[in-house]
Amino acid sequence: MQTTDVLVIGAGIVGAACAHALAQVGLSVRIIDARLGGATAAGMGHLVVMDDNPAELALSKSSLDLWHTWAPQIDAGCAFTACGTLWLAANEEELQAAHAKRATLQAQDVACEMLDAGALARAEPALRTGLAGALKVKGDSVVYAPRAAQWLVAQAAAHGTVVVEQAEATQIDGQTVTLRDGSQRSAGAIVLASGIHAPQLCPGLPLRPKKGHLVITDRYPGTVRHQLVELGYITSAHHSDGTSVAFNVQPRPTGQLLIGSSREFDTTDPTVNNTVMARMLQRALDYLPGLADLNAIRTWTGFRAATPDSLPLIGGHPEHPHLWLAVGHEGLGVTTAPATAQLLAAQISGGTPAINPAPYAPARFAGLSTP
Amino acid sequence: MHIVVNGAPLQVPAGTSVAAALAQQTPGTTRTSVTGAARAPLCGMGVCHECRVRIHGRTHLACQTVCTEGMSIHTDVGTAPGNATL
Ligand SMILES: Cc1cc2nc3c(=O)[nH]c(=O)nc-3n(C[C@H](O)[C@H](O)[C@H](O)COP(=O)(O)OP(=O)(O)OC[C@H]3O[C@@H](n4cnc5c(N)ncnc54)[C@H](O)[C@@H]3O)c2cc1C
Ligand code: FES
Repeated sequence: MQTTDVLVIGAGIVGAACAHALAQVGLSVRIIDARLGGATAAGMGHLVVMDDNPAELALSKSSLDLWHTWAPQIDAGCAFTACGTLWLAANEEELQAAHAKRATLQAQDVACEMLDAGALARAEPALRTGLAGALKVKGDSVVYAPRAAQWLVAQAAAHGTVVVEQAEATQIDGQTVTLRDGSQRSAGAIVLASGIHAPQLCPGLPLRPKKGHLVITDRYPGTVRHQLVELGYITSAHHSDGTSVAFNVQPRPTGQLLIGSSREFDTTDPTVNNTVMARMLQRALDYLPGLADLNAIRTWTGFRAATPDSLPLIGGHPEHPHLWLAVGHEGLGVTTAPATAQLLAAQISGGTPAINPAPYAPARFAGLSTP
Repeated sequence: MHIVVNGAPLQVPAGTSVAAALAQQTPGTTRTSVTGAARAPLCGMGVCHECRVRIHGRTHLACQTVCTEGMSIHTDVGTAPGNATL
């Protein structure tokens, strides 16, 4: 049996970034992906510094730094766009929240500035009048995640010994992975990066699917220039139960507008739910009334892999010495894939992680059981 | 029945879909892709959105639209900034 240093299960943005980081530290890597369809192909690709807690801020900021070092080399198909984010404040209370967010981000050297109502209207004339202002985060960007994942795998191949195989893993046993066809692959270490599918190979992982809807319009270049998010998103996005919607519009380099967002637990049904869709679009119209005149060309859904504390599981499985986890990135996995990969590669190769790995250690969850 | 495609007159039998009418014309395509490639109706049933055309100022799916007398159709959807529905 051929043996590699590391076998990565899953070639979504997280698995691809892991393969890239592992190859960079000189390890040989085998990536297997079953093409089951994952969150990477269904999400928005907003690269955003999030600061709900210090661990999320450290991971997202460290990731943005890596995205920025990749940006000059990344191919055009990845559609990397440094459009920045405007966190929109609808009223005085949200404006206070924007000021607080600015203080938190500036303390970590994240470049950002307040826009008053007038400056916001000049920055984004399509927004409705009467908004209180916005916090502009300059370094936030946008990437087309499925292509970025391919690019990372290609870069990994250029760095070292990388084999990519289309196959479905059905069992992990120590250092051996069994595939659907019964054949086996072994490796010094196994990285589980199979997103929402991960509990099938590793029961006991505390992951819940959180469904999201997206809409994309026809091409209307120049309508919107920044990634636009309502500050209410911060409160609505992390409700642990119930269905929530929040205004989030992303300008694509094609001139299309990608419209989100919804969050829904307790369903694994991928069909577009028109009631949720209507709520989401109504919320979008509250901010961008002109959207009503534009044509939408596609709608779809995706599932985020949510953990109980909204932080991903990055690090060694507490009970299985050769199994490493890179799962549970919820709605932030495109952003946080680079730092996830760096943390994991450092731990696997015995290097020094760029940030403290403790908050993401899978061992924080009791009862992670035998795969 | 008389229609006009990109300014040129065309005669089609009543009941013809816009997609079928366009197919009778050279080059027989509908919209232009973001990289400038010509696109033609693909699914014929309103799913793929490859057949977007501009009819009297709004975007329609050519395969889902029946020609009417005097209809003016343009195949330039998305090729000029912000013009898709104008
Ligand atoms: C609607 C929506 C909007 C989002 N917006 C954003 C955003 O703006 N910014 C952001 O940062 N994040 C966003 N996300 C989150 C982001 O998309 C995810 O966190 C990220 O894509 C997760 O990547 P992943 O590689 O962990 O998982 P996935 O992309 O799901 O990849 C898992 C891979 O594993 C493979 N696989 C699964 N099981 C097996 C098996 N047994 N054997 C072999 N292969 C297997 C699958 O084929 C798949 O390719 C959004 C998500 C959704 C749903
Ligand atoms: S041909 Fe597919 S939508 Fe018209």
